[in-house]
Amino acid sequence: MNALAVKAYDLRQDVLDIIVSGGGGHIGGDMSSMEIMLTLYSRMHVDPRNPKDPDRDRFVLSKGHCVETLYAVLADRGFLDLNEVKSQFSKFGSEYIGHPHNTIPGIEMNSGSLGHGLSVCVGMALAGRMDHRPYRVYTLMGDGELAEGSIWEALMAAGHYRLDNLCAVVDRNHLQISGNTEDVMGHHDLHARFAAFDWHVIDVADGNDVDQLNAAFDEAERTKGRPTILIANTVKGKGSPLMENKASWHHHLPTAEEYEQIKADLAARKEALMHE
Amino acid sequence: MNKIANRAVMCEVLKEAAAKDRDVVVLCSDSRGSASLTSYAEAFPDQFVEIGIAEQNLVSVAAGLASCGKKAFAVSPASFISTRSYEQCKVDCAYSNTNVKLVGISGGVSYGALGMTHHSAQDIAAMSAIPGMRVYLPSDRHQTRKLFEALLTDQQTAYIRLGRNPVEDTYREGNVPFEMDRATVLSEGSDVLLVACGEMVRPVKDAADILNREGISTGALDMYCVKPLDREGLLAAAKGKKLVVTAEEHAPFGGLGSMVAQVISAHDPKRVLNLALPDAPVITGTSAEVFAHYGLTGEGIARTVREALKA
Repeated sequence: MNALAVKAYDLRQDVLDIIVSGGGGHIGGDMSSMEIMLTLYSRMHVDPRNPKDPDRDRFVLSKGHCVETLYAVLADRGFLDLNEVKSQFSKFGSEYIGHPHNTIPGIEMNSGSLGHGLSVCVGMALAGRMDHRPYRVYTLMGDGELAEGSIWEALMAAGHYRLDNLCAVVDRNHLQISGNTEDVMGHHDLHARFAAFDWHVIDVADGNDVDQLNAAFDEAERTKGRPTILIANTVKGKGSPLMENKASWHHHLPTAEEYEQIKADLAARKEALMHE
Repeated sequence: MNKIANRAVMCEVLKEAAAKDRDVVVLCSDSRGSASLTSYAEAFPDQFVEIGIAEQNLVSVAAGLASCGKKAFAVSPASFISTRSYEQCKVDCAYSNTNVKLVGISGGVSYGALGMTHHSAQDIAAMSAIPGMRVYLPSDRHQTRKLFEALLTDQQTAYIRLGRNPVEDTYREGNVPFEMDRATVLSEGSDVLLVACGEMVRPVKDAADILNREGISTGALDMYCVKPLDREGLLAAAKGKKLVVTAEEHAPFGGLGSMVAQVISAHDPKRVLNLALPDAPVITGTSAEVFAHYGLTGEGIARTVREALKA
């Protein structure tokens, strides 16, 4: 049994509860990116008792709309009180809004508008190099998000400056709000595109597999002289057949009936993983 | 005529600061030459980041550096940094509360005949509308030095617009009254108040001199701090006046004139005239030719005041 893989399903239930409590959220991408954020935070050097440690690893959620998963992971890591998040999310006057906000412990930058995270991370990685600090910098982007031109500016700069303390991840779930990413604005050969920008590219065959993700992050750490990008092939809505691979679940709010169905599906998946 | 441009003074101040503080970092978007920062880049290569012609990335990278404790100065033509990277200024600088100083060089109509793509006549309005963003337009080289020295000591983002060409001094070396976020009183008067920022300060000072010689008692304010606007200083200077006239190198909407009118109308209602560039691409010419064409000179501003007092 892989405890982290199992935990991903507990946290999916937390995400479901946060969304239902708040009356909205980006459930499809939350579910596809769960293992990515959970695996990252299981290995990042961050400390909730010292959240501003200058040597901490940095994470910027560029696809900020998947903040519900970030909340669940930060709560699991000891930065946030899960019950507070659940009760306050999206409520009047709440700090827990539908995108990351850096007044909340553990969140580095505000995001939500797409295409900013990688550029910000280039700055963080440059600062780390200037100050000879050991930290690593991570960002998570959506595949639909890759149509933002600023991302390609940042890819160019990171390659140019050979920022090997920087690692980007693409949540490659092949869906965005209007449908299939290749129909909306095709990416064709993403691997070749990133490589052409002087990045080390790792294809993660199953981006919802924590072992594969850990191996990829290990490889990224070993890679010198180039930034690394993971193309994590995930399933949008991962965890329940009701949601999986359906663009309509990008930000669908589950009905009471759907909630019960998803809850049961998540429990069943967890149960299966516990016996692996 | 002064031969030292405000941007050259910025470079000197940043070099002095960088020599003492390793956290001072300057970023350019293939703009080090036009920003007069070539000598900075040569002297401090480890505290200089070239981003290439990518203004969105310029601002976000600066924000990333700032989030790690760097005092980041992102320097790019005002026309591009205030529009192409507007969202990055909003989200990554102001909203994320990072200490990025956004310096718009060759602001206003500095680029003259290069046309509207290179003019920034909307930057005051755009930047001022962002919560948490401060907006400064220093008038001359002496005030530019004071302003940058002050900005180096604070932790909040700001947008600073500098012109391209040397401008006549408003202040004299060794006598540069400057208090952060407080307007500077250029002259006192009882009938008319003139308010300006940036390159319009010197013409306003000249206009006040002309009018005072003619017996029209005219006060003048250098509102280099457009945001936060010095409301107290403005209301104190406007008290008892018949007329307030603003002058700015900006579109007629949302700039210094709008802000001054907002404060005056709410707290001390009286006639406010806004002198600005037109709501149209400006006529081709050098800054001096353009200003003269639209009446934005000492004599032009004085004429407006005379006519307004007759009406």
